[in-house]
Amino acid sequence: MHKYLPHTHEDIKAMLEKIGVNDIDALFAEIPKALLNKDIDIPSSMSELEIFDHMNHLASSNKPLIPFIGAGAYDHYTPSIIRHLIERQEFLTAYTPYQPEISQGTLQYIFEFQSMITQLTGMDVSNASMYDGATATAEAMFMACAQRRKDKILVSQTVNPNIVEVIKTYARYKGIEVVMVAEKEGITDLESVRLTLDSETAGLIVQTPNFYGNIENYSEFKATLDEHKALFIINQDPSTLGHLKTPRAWGADIAVGDCQTLGVPLSFGGPYIGYMATTTKYMRKMPGRICGVTKDTDGKRAFVLTLQAREQHIRREKANSNICSNQSLLALFVTIYMALLGKKGVYEVQQRSIDNAHYLEEALLKLPSFEKVYPQPFFKEFTLRTHLDIDTMLKKLEEKGYLGPLPLRRYANDKTDLVTFAVTEKRSKKQIDEFVSILGGLS
Amino acid sequence: MYYDKLIFEISTEGRKGYTLPTPEIKRYDLPETLLRDDCPGLPEVSELDVVRHYTNVSFKNFGIEKGFYPLGSCTMKYNPKINQDMSNLPGFTSIHPYQPIETMQGLLHVYYETQRMLSEISGLDTFTLNSYAGAHGELVGLMIMKAYHESRGDFKRKKVIVPDSAHGTNPASATVAGLESVEVKSNKDGTVNVNDLKAVLDDEVAGIMLTNPNTAGIFEKDILTIAKLVHDAGGLLYYDGANLNPLLGIARPGDMGFDIMHINLHKTFSTPHGGGGPGSGPVGVNKKLVKFLPKPVIEKHEEGYTIDYDGDALTIGQISHFYGNAGVYLKAYTYLLTIGKENLPNVARYSTLNANYIKESLKDVYHLPIEGVCKHEFVFDGLKDKSTGVKTLDIAKRLLDFDMHPPTVYFPLTFKEAIMIEPPENESKQTIDRFIDVMRSIAKEAIENPEKVKGAPYNTVVKRLDEALAARNPIVKYKDLLEQ
Repeated sequence: MHKYLPHTHEDIKAMLEKIGVNDIDALFAEIPKALLNKDIDIPSSMSELEIFDHMNHLASSNKPLIPFIGAGAYDHYTPSIIRHLIERQEFLTAYTPYQPEISQGTLQYIFEFQSMITQLTGMDVSNASMYDGATATAEAMFMACAQRRKDKILVSQTVNPNIVEVIKTYARYKGIEVVMVAEKEGITDLESVRLTLDSETAGLIVQTPNFYGNIENYSEFKATLDEHKALFIINQDPSTLGHLKTPRAWGADIAVGDCQTLGVPLSFGGPYIGYMATTTKYMRKMPGRICGVTKDTDGKRAFVLTLQAREQHIRREKANSNICSNQSLLALFVTIYMALLGKKGVYEVQQRSIDNAHYLEEALLKLPSFEKVYPQPFFKEFTLRTHLDIDTMLKKLEEKGYLGPLPLRRYANDKTDLVTFAVTEKRSKKQIDEFVSILGGLS
Repeated sequence: MYYDKLIFEISTEGRKGYTLPTPEIKRYDLPETLLRDDCPGLPEVSELDVVRHYTNVSFKNFGIEKGFYPLGSCTMKYNPKINQDMSNLPGFTSIHPYQPIETMQGLLHVYYETQRMLSEISGLDTFTLNSYAGAHGELVGLMIMKAYHESRGDFKRKKVIVPDSAHGTNPASATVAGLESVEVKSNKDGTVNVNDLKAVLDDEVAGIMLTNPNTAGIFEKDILTIAKLVHDAGGLLYYDGANLNPLLGIARPGDMGFDIMHINLHKTFSTPHGGGGPGSGPVGVNKKLVKFLPKPVIEKHEEGYTIDYDGDALTIGQISHFYGNAGVYLKAYTYLLTIGKENLPNVARYSTLNANYIKESLKDVYHLPIEGVCKHEFVFDGLKDKSTGVKTLDIAKRLLDFDMHPPTVYFPLTFKEAIMIEPPENESKQTIDRFIDVMRSIAKEAIENPEKVKGAPYNTVVKRLDEALAARNPIVKYKDLLEQ
């Protein structure tokens, strides 16, 4: 017997009798003998006590560091109640809401999630979530190409290179051409967009705040794109939307991004949660689940998955995306986060990140080993040039328990001495001061 | 009492649900020109408002811990609590993905060992855990298939053979990977018709996608022949892991001749479905395809684990921002250690025993289109007595009144009134007997009082929904409701 397997000898005997066979092996008789009884090298069953010891040992062989890095994973605060609520079995153990009468809980929070994402982004309609911000961006590319019936997409050089990598993988197999648009002073160069755009272009993908942390200004972008009927896709960190102009205000046709910044723990890179929102015009081209309102036979308000004619299980080989489920429980996570913060909270919490980041930048620029690179305003992440040996700097910080900035040398040959810092509301003044003094000691 | 409020509808101006430390750093103002000119319309609620709201919302859901959940092809097994506790350890949740590798050896061990155990169980050489879900895994697997043919200079192989009983995701994934799906008709029992297969095998075939056992729970007994035919034609075999549960510790896809597969950790390895994610869809390949796996790649060396961010020159590329859903594969790892080598075959055996027991106990009242032994699941094609007018949908809705989740209905598409039943190995004879009793009583009621069944459900928080209304007049956010 095992705690997850309740069958007693008597149960098995009675069940086999009903089936009309002598032993369980008879139920596997059609499997070719050559395939059976291979030796499998996995450990023997462990007790709960042994697992606790083993997992605690593994967990303690990781060394948590205090991050001054972001690059797609940000150390924001997680309110205590979120974990308690999302781990309620009603939410945690349910399947995708195919039986709406007993899935109103899931459907309702998806509706609330969609409502909140549209409030943050200013867009008309959001889907129920995507795997992560990178795949959401790649799916936005598919959507634009399907909508425009064109196979070329422009991507700004200032988009996080990991997102670009995912876009390129998805594009390559679908036969979409990805053309990079140059940057100028750390933001997307509009002139380069103008020169690269042509009648074959389905859309442009940009990111703000971008990979370097710079906030981009898209004042003339929409008009330029409209000249060639190209769609405008903005990837934006949703936690910046208490402050910054919305994708809608810049004229975006599709807004995407990663909601990890809404309090989701770092967790070695996942699970995170992508979002995607668009205008009413393109609603029926959007991938993923969408929840809508309807009535039951008594006229009572209820929620249901809707516009399913877009989806893979109906369209099969004609679908524009193969996405089925997404990151539903994480949608609940960020919905609760946004509810707790409310109308003013997203602004107030992120103002702390902004204050902290600018305080750090100012302090670092007073050191002889750092200098400013870009003249652009930034949010919680910023890029500086350093004269320090980057490996020595990172090692020194690690010894003191800090995770230093992201070196850009991996991503660009002309940026070997650039590093990108991120600071969230979680960093105290004491931590920032100590961080600066360690770096000061190296100068 | 039915709770029907939205979080927006309990909002009261001025309330909030968070706290911040006393500011120690001076305020910095961003340039006005970049700022939005309004506040996002989020609700204003206290912490207790939020706790009570979502607790009440949760009561409108049905989860595995409430009752029997025999959803076919979804493997709704128990989600152990210890998995949750282990994945929540701060030593895992607080690790930034770009920490130095020497500070993440525990996590890298979990990644590497999970993929190694999956390789052992499936008979394939190496797995990536970077893919986020089953559908994502399919896409990655098909990209690998395409990359393999192209690396050999063979650009004409675009056809992916998919049986008509396959899930809609299979053909959709093929399209998204830039391939074309070719549907082949199945035999009556959903198995591959070898003659029809031969007819479509040519030098344009990239591969075939199969579940085994298939969606009707029938094992492809000709699998070795099928594998040889496809390989001889230059194609690859893709295994959709949706139905892996009844083969655990019994037989391995790799030994059957499959070259690529994905596994749904949220089905076979007990991680929660979460109402539709986060899942995890690891992709495994045989030796000749390892170099095509997506990057980054986690590697084991004598001195410890490392991350290769560039991958092989032939890698299909990056398919996720980081290394997949770590929080999910931590749970699957914990489950594998709990179940262990000696119990693994019993997972397969007892799920198969449960399914056959239900099938034999109900086939006198429900129409069983495929006689004989099934694996972990099987399909009924509606009630045996077709004169009542009671449809599969009615039966599913009536089950809701008995605190049971209905089976998968209207799939596979090869049966008009399909009811696909999968009772996982955790379910005891008592639970299953009760399900059998309820199913029999519904069959009886369908004859005696068919209108009663057609009007179900009666005990749920809402009755049957008008799905057409939602599509005709899309209300997809709170603001739309206000503007109604």
